[in-house]
Amino acid sequence: MYDLIIIGGGPAGLAAAKAAWDKGLTKILIVERNWELGGILNQCIHNGFGLHHFKEELTGPEYAARYIDEVEKTGVEVRLDTMVLDIRQTERKEDGLPVYEIPMAGKECGYTCELTKSVVLAMGCRERPRGGVVIPGTRPAGVFTAGAAQRYVNIDGYMPGKRVVILGSGDIGLIMARRMTLEGAKVLACVELMPYSSGLNRNIVQCLNDYDIPLYLSHTVTEIRGEKRVEQVVVSEVGPDRKPIPGTEMVFDCDTLLLSVGLIPENELTQGAGIEIDRRTKGAFVYENMETSLPGIFACGNVCHVHDLVDFVSDESERAGASAADYVLKKKAVSEAAPVVTKNGDGATYIVPQRIRPENVEKFVKLFFRVGRIFPKADIVLTSAGNEIARFHKKFLAPGEMQNIVVTKEVLSKATEELLLTVEEIVETEVGA
Amino acid sequence: METFDVAVIGCGVSGAAIAYELSKYDLRTVILEKENDVATGATKANSGIMHAGFDPKPGSLMARLNVRGSALAREVCRKLDVPYKECGAMVVAFSEEEKEILERLYRQGEENGVKNQEILTGEEARKMEPNLSEEVIWALLENDSAIVSPWEFALALAETAVKNGAKLLLNREVVGLKEETGTWQIETKIAEGALLQKDDTKETSFTAKVVINAAGLNAEFLHDAVLPHRFKTRPKRGQYYLLDKIEGTRVSRTIFQAPTGRGKGVLVSPTVHGNLIVGPNSEDVIGNDTATSWDGLDKVNEAAKKSVPSIDFSQNIRNFSGVRARTDEDDFVLERHGSYIDAAGICSPGLSSALAIGEYVTELFAQWAEETKTAFAKKETFIDERKKVRFKELNAEEKEALIQKDPAYAHVVCRCETITEGEIRDAFDTPIPPVSLDGIKRRTGTGMGRCQGGFCGPQIAQILAKELDIPETKVLQELTGSEILTGGMADRAQQETPEGGREYV
Repeated sequence: MYDLIIIGGGPAGLAAAKAAWDKGLTKILIVERNWELGGILNQCIHNGFGLHHFKEELTGPEYAARYIDEVEKTGVEVRLDTMVLDIRQTERKEDGLPVYEIPMAGKECGYTCELTKSVVLAMGCRERPRGGVVIPGTRPAGVFTAGAAQRYVNIDGYMPGKRVVILGSGDIGLIMARRMTLEGAKVLACVELMPYSSGLNRNIVQCLNDYDIPLYLSHTVTEIRGEKRVEQVVVSEVGPDRKPIPGTEMVFDCDTLLLSVGLIPENELTQGAGIEIDRRTKGAFVYENMETSLPGIFACGNVCHVHDLVDFVSDESERAGASAADYVLKKKAVSEAAPVVTKNGDGATYIVPQRIRPENVEKFVKLFFRVGRIFPKADIVLTSAGNEIARFHKKFLAPGEMQNIVVTKEVLSKATEELLLTVEEIVETEVGA
Repeated sequence: METFDVAVIGCGVSGAAIAYELSKYDLRTVILEKENDVATGATKANSGIMHAGFDPKPGSLMARLNVRGSALAREVCRKLDVPYKECGAMVVAFSEEEKEILERLYRQGEENGVKNQEILTGEEARKMEPNLSEEVIWALLENDSAIVSPWEFALALAETAVKNGAKLLLNREVVGLKEETGTWQIETKIAEGALLQKDDTKETSFTAKVVINAAGLNAEFLHDAVLPHRFKTRPKRGQYYLLDKIEGTRVSRTIFQAPTGRGKGVLVSPTVHGNLIVGPNSEDVIGNDTATSWDGLDKVNEAAKKSVPSIDFSQNIRNFSGVRARTDEDDFVLERHGSYIDAAGICSPGLSSALAIGEYVTELFAQWAEETKTAFAKKETFIDERKKVRFKELNAEEKEALIQKDPAYAHVVCRCETITEGEIRDAFDTPIPPVSLDGIKRRTGTGMGRCQGGFCGPQIAQILAKELDIPETKVLQELTGSEILTGGMADRAQQETPEGGREYV
């Protein structure tokens, strides 16, 4: 019987394992489907990781190695090349805690079922494919998600194309624009449906502007042409309704289209286990300690909500790992009171955590959220039962950059049942002489 | 030059079914397919439904062969391990006028031999299909139709034909056909850059006593090359949405709309793989134009929502279209002219009718054999079985035993569909091994899930390169010429350093 099984050995799983071990859990197992730990960081060979967490600039593999080294110093067990097939609730109790059964298949372990008192879900996310955005036209070779192209280039050492158009200005798309350019491809354009990029500002500067790659905002790919290999893509401007405007078509001669059109948490196991999923984040509903609707099952990292910086994945996952340890070691009383439910109001698209048990909050709880559009200046306002209970002033909020505010226990004590977060834009008025 | 008794030209589901039926007899059969795999035309891009048979006009070949073919498919799919599920269907009506259409279909069904039909009220229909629109006031229910994996159906038939001695030659486009002294001389061309099968002789000239034209969209050209013009091909394109498995239970039967014009209209149906399929529209195109369009997809979307308003199209994972080989005839063209047989105009319900088309064409062949006093007898032994490992469908004990025997089944390559390395490797150990990523997809189900091969594609490309002993840069997405990669990293040596770039640390 394990104390904790962590599903996924990427940045989230590694940080959770380390934190749980440090908190005193000893029987921990990480199950990783790949042949090595580190997850998607291994193919992110560019720099820019770790600025918040390690206060230095690392590449993806370097960032992963920091955690892998730490985990290797512990007694955490790791099973590579192993896929978890299911998460099942059992009738059994151990120490008063429900026991979960985790069937898995791996070349080393064969098909086995492991029992555990707690689980951390750290399966990450996947890329939205072509069908997710509906691009009409033919279906030739040469249409890749940006991450698949990144793997071909950085892990396998192959070029997926020579003349490239990128749809979507998410971070992976931007990074791949630079990467393909550095490897000798010609990146003709980066096309973004929205009037703003969903990527980090620093990536727009360093990956597009520095290489003179044009960014077409409020544009989209409206047709793919080519029978066996991509030969052309048609790009059109879109109106405020996001629909293509006839007559604005531009035709690019290219052999490749990379898609960076969104990431979706990979929650097949979560759903199979009967855990409640939030339609906004597409991840599990979580409490302040990253616990899901099933006791003893925690979620963190991109499987919970898609992050833009791995540093925040690590922080969140350390909290999840520590919470799993507290749960198994019964460091926290089980709360019976109804939780405070966080709600995203005007301007915000989601909030994590979605539920807060105030008595479990020691000093503060951080609310992570995204905004629905660009706000040069705004106040983040928390209200409960119609009363404003806190206000935070923020500068430059963009949908591509996850925001957070720190809610103290004192502020939280003013909240009843529901905590509403709204974004109020501050419009500067000129001060006349 | 190799000599055959019979040459089947084209290996979509019709050619495969004809070859399957013929391979029960003592004949030297060759199947000539112009692409690098079987089932790459309309067979891989349709609704995947074994229709009950109330739609075709009574007395037509379509009516007769649909009912017969669907009945045969039940047994054949079981024997050949083809994903198949009886789910039934409903045709919904939104007005009293449309109810009359349902009644006509009901009578047609009776005449055609469809059993288990019933006309329901809207409320009764919604009790069975709660997501049906409130606007539905009548529905024709039938319980005999089924959903099937169309490409696996064709593959299983072709594989079985090959196992029983038929010779399948891929990459053979027929470019010349003429009859000389009672024998057909067939000239073929191998496409440039085609990857041949291991034992392929590169032979391009063949002779056969009988030629069967199952060339789909190209059937008209083949016919006209040897006989006076008889039928005109009118390709009809149908566009589809394929939705994530989350939407797979939106309906539990195939939902049709009362047909008001040509064709069966837009349907909403679960697929045998657990997804939801929505489509097709019907539009005239020139040749095999399988592109999708805004206009076509919007129409499909709109029409489908009329039957089932709650479909969540944001769960779409793929769009595709298929081109039906319709002709200006209102029926299949199944005709013998001496030692030449047409199996043309096989549009819907072609998949449902396929096995019956196989039987029918074999009867035409038997007539020729009798006329020419050619020996035509059943083989003593016919291998009529096929078994595949489908890891995800096994129970815990079976999984454990399988992995103990071979750890390759413990390595899950396609995470969305839970397909193992063992299953992919098995695909290469079949009578028709795959040569492309999509070929593996059709045989194992890899890349069919919600990530559409984003994660497993590169891994499978590696397996394909190794199994076929080709460089990874030669790995194909689908047809010859659809290489996935454009080169290795060595190519960069030729390129210039980008100008104006910031120093890259």
